[in-house]
Amino acid sequence: MDLNYTPEQLAFREEVREFLREHLPADISERVKAGLGVRAEDYRRWQRILFERGWGAPTWPKEFGGTGWDPVRVHIFEEELALAGAPKPVPFGLRMVGPVIIEFGTPEQQKRFLPRILRGEDWWCQGYSEPGAGSDLASLKTRAERHGDHYIVNGQKTWNTSGHYANWIFCLVRTDPNAPKPQQGISFLLIDMSTPGITVRPIRTLDGAHEVNEVWFENVKVPVENRIGEENKGWTYAKFLLSHERTSIAGIGSSKRELQRLKSIARQEMKNGRPLLEDPLFAARVAQVEIDLMALEITALRALAAAAENRAPGPEASILKIKGTEIQQTLSELLMHAVGQYALPFERHSPEENDFKSVAGPEYAAPLAGTYCNLRKVTIYGGSNEIQRNIIAQTILGL
Amino acid sequence: MDFTFTDEQQLLADTVQRFVREHYSFETRREIAASEHGWSPALWQELANLGLTALNVPQEHGGLGAGPVETMLVMNAFGEALLLEPYLEAAVLAPALLQALGDAKVASELLPAIASGERIVIVAHQEPQTRGELNMVTTRAEKNGDGYVLQGKKSVIMHASAAHEFLLTARTSGKATDAAGVRVFRVPSDAAGLTINSYRTLDGRRAADLELDRVRLPSESLIGADSDTLAALETAHHISLSALCAEAVGIMKAVNAATIEYTKNRKQFGQPLSRFQVLQHRMVDMFIHAEQALSMSYLAAIKCQDPDINERRRALSAAKVVIGRAGRFIGQQAIQLHGGMGMTDELIVSHYFKRLTAIELTWGDTDFHLQQFAGLG
Repeated sequence: MDLNYTPEQLAFREEVREFLREHLPADISERVKAGLGVRAEDYRRWQRILFERGWGAPTWPKEFGGTGWDPVRVHIFEEELALAGAPKPVPFGLRMVGPVIIEFGTPEQQKRFLPRILRGEDWWCQGYSEPGAGSDLASLKTRAERHGDHYIVNGQKTWNTSGHYANWIFCLVRTDPNAPKPQQGISFLLIDMSTPGITVRPIRTLDGAHEVNEVWFENVKVPVENRIGEENKGWTYAKFLLSHERTSIAGIGSSKRELQRLKSIARQEMKNGRPLLEDPLFAARVAQVEIDLMALEITALRALAAAAENRAPGPEASILKIKGTEIQQTLSELLMHAVGQYALPFERHSPEENDFKSVAGPEYAAPLAGTYCNLRKVTIYGGSNEIQRNIIAQTILGL
Repeated sequence: MDFTFTDEQQLLADTVQRFVREHYSFETRREIAASEHGWSPALWQELANLGLTALNVPQEHGGLGAGPVETMLVMNAFGEALLLEPYLEAAVLAPALLQALGDAKVASELLPAIASGERIVIVAHQEPQTRGELNMVTTRAEKNGDGYVLQGKKSVIMHASAAHEFLLTARTSGKATDAAGVRVFRVPSDAAGLTINSYRTLDGRRAADLELDRVRLPSESLIGADSDTLAALETAHHISLSALCAEAVGIMKAVNAATIEYTKNRKQFGQPLSRFQVLQHRMVDMFIHAEQALSMSYLAAIKCQDPDINERRRALSAAKVVIGRAGRFIGQQAIQLHGGMGMTDELIVSHYFKRLTAIELTWGDTDFHLQQFAGLG
């Protein structure tokens, strides 16, 4: 038993830190650290910087332009980026469809799509959820009918994060409505967002931002060569994608950064003439979330060590999503409570349209309520935390 | 980074687990609990024969010189078995304190007898107002001729009635909460002026309050005179807290398994309880608590001898908080999910619940350690 990194891993961490000191643009990291949200153009700029360093896809194998790192290096890399205030990579290409194309795509699909993801040239979004298919994803209705060498797609997808920037969407579509089980008639299609018949409509969320969209498909023509794997086997690829999504969802690095921000703000805020962080009740709440984060980190390292030794992920991996997202929400809640009544002034914003401006109160207070509202999503997406509990109950506890 | 155990460690874990499963059934435990002393000297000797009482004694004193990871593995098994014998107090805390005090003469006298299981040495530190604060000592030791006279009270000293002697803290100077002035004395359990008021505790063990009324001790009974005694006490408690956390982890794992088993067998509304989603999610939350507790028990074992005192304090207090909350949740929900049966003395689950409850209250409760942690910045 040993919690320490090896000298090689420590040297690697130093290498990452040095790279970040030199190449992470200050204007981007300042926005991240202040909780202002990242602009689409900044995401692209940062992905190009990583790509030029050869670090464009930390989780991909080398032959596809990835780094070939083991899970511990990936963890170190992601943690350092988060602590330094680098934008969290947009997951849809790098962490979701990319691994699916690597695992199940044809050599042509790999050549066509992967380099463009690596360089940040394509922006992907997900086409999983539908108005009637959320947690019960397999009940999806978007229809794809085969007509010779293409499909005709009709239907509606929703909660398409950054669908308004995306030029590609990966979609689960129903190709066999008569299959005996709903999971059996689904295919996995890659669709060019500029294809005629696609309409993207914004959804305003409770924080006032435009982050997610509805995407409508009306007789959209998709070449058969854009299908991943076999027809009607899409559910297999979909599950593979979701399992990849969950491993990156704990967000330990960014939670550590938020904890530091929370402490920093609670030192500046005053209560009864003393810094808020010295208030016993508030200090205890901060201590509790810090302790929860410590426990989660060890649990994540246990999962990581198992993965690095190519052991099957143990039970510890399954709880990362639940605990990680609960901690993210608690931190955002404490951050909001730390500024008290100055959480109330609220101007609608989004990083593209206008910045959070302090209309009243300290500058750091302006985005906190919005972030608190926005982060309600984390226990819902990626398989809601209730769905995660169903999975643990069935696959681990055998209930 | 490595969360695996060496072959020797795994062998130790397997051996102890096999031993308690074969020799410490719930029925055996029930008999031992009801016996006069509430623990079994015969079983203690068997633990000694397995080398377990020697585990935390250095090799130079006839011990095995094992570390916190070995202790953790042993305590996992003792947790599952709800072992009543004074292992934590006499085979972990006492040798840890003797080593930390660094009194070579006393160490060479006591440690071999602890290792062989012959001598039960109990640390008597806690007082009515201690509540986790190690510096809270009001018992006085006044210099008298070439010896000392001790006056005071020690409260809820676990397994005090089993002790051959105590390592008892008293003040030679300063007021109740001062860091300086706390000293450790060897006090024989039959010392004149020492009254041991024994009773049973919630978790089926024995404890006692000690009254010291003009207890006269020779000067050599003060041990570790050259050491920072409070720091030694803290070191010993950190090692013991790690062991206590491991015991709790062993219990939590067993409670969760028992609860899953019970809900699979118990039928209501025509189906096993385990088919009800509301209960499934409860058991998932119990499982998550146990996994987080396991993680923190690892951290406690790895950090409990860290030379950086701040690191150590952070890790141990954090571990105690996670384990305290986890134990409380798991214990309470295990009873809830066992329904009426959980309320009975007949099932082990109620005994697990009571030990988890006692563990949360031992050596600083959850609130105490949460505040300690917050105070570390």
